[in-house]
Amino acid sequence: MTVLQIAALAAVAVGGAAVVLAPDPLRQVVVLGIYGLSLTMLFFVFQDPDVALSEIVVSTVGLPVMVLLALRKVAEQQRQRKEQEQGDES
Amino acid sequence: LSRRARLSLFALAGGGLAAVMVIAFTGLPDFGAYHGVYGRVIDGIGVHLRHGTDLITLLNFDVRAFDTLGEEFILFASVLGIVLILRQLRGEREEPHEEEAQGEHRFAGASAALRALALGLIPTILVVGAYIVVHGQITPGGGFQGGVILATGPLGAFLAGRYLRMKAIAPHLLTEWGDAIGAAGYALLGLSGLVFAGIFLKNYIPLGIPGHLLSGGQLDVASVFVGLEVSGAFLVAWTQFLDQAMVVKGGQR
Repeated sequence: MTVLQIAALAAVAVGGAAVVLAPDPLRQVVVLGIYGLSLTMLFFVFQDPDVALSEIVVSTVGLPVMVLLALRKVAEQQRQRKEQEQGDES
Repeated sequence: LSRRARLSLFALAGGGLAAVMVIAFTGLPDFGAYHGVYGRVIDGIGVHLRHGTDLITLLNFDVRAFDTLGEEFILFASVLGIVLILRQLRGEREEPHEEEAQGEHRFAGASAALRALALGLIPTILVVGAYIVVHGQITPGGGFQGGVILATGPLGAFLAGRYLRMKAIAPHLLTEWGDAIGAAGYALLGLSGLVFAGIFLKNYIPLGIPGHLLSGGQLDVASVFVGLEVSGAFLVAWTQFLDQAMVVKGGQR
């Protein structure tokens, strides 16, 4: 194992923990993207450029876009529900 | 169980698991040690056999092309599921948000620099994606990787604050047809192998010279079909999500 490989493994371990420990879903998405980048580095230094290419696009663009949009929709529905409840009370 | 009892149970189980894991990991073969035969055989005869220099693509689109057919339809079916679940539900009205009505969404106020960068990236991303799709048999990459990169191109228009403009670049009809034609094309490539070579997905296309753009026989054709399918699938999925977030109002009541 080279230094690069050990560094990439360590980055993945730290990144994975950071994703789990991130408190707010919105920030979690950003951390998830960075974690994906560290996974990309891992695949690259372990000599699998094909998987690294897939990982970099899916983890930094593909997944965050879907999660962010879902979060936005959920926030919107919560806001609407709150407005409706306030309307019922008054 | 009290908190104390649960914690001690966890400590016991966690400690045991950690010990077993340490024993297992110390017994692993060294990195790079490979005792199989299959990989060595492919390494040895792959390039000579199919004239493709990226052996991963050679495996995916020729030696194990049938597995890829299944994988492709997994993606196809999951996107179909997204479309089915996110179809316009009762109680939802499709109308652009106020910001959308002005042709821009709420991030549009950002900056001219972001807009210029995002719009300038679109052609670059498309070229890189197309390059990776068609060079799948020569260098790392191929249909899937290139397809996802291609799909991220139109997202640049969304980042620039113009979602409706993104739908103009990548309309529903186009992305859905891309998805469908890509999926069907791969299956038809397999069927044509059955017709011309007698075996499903067997290569019958001239192999060309290793390292050239048009080499590797069916590798390039399969790569293009998969690229079309993947980029279409991702765009269909993203457009569904974007529609929900940007255009469809309301929701479960």
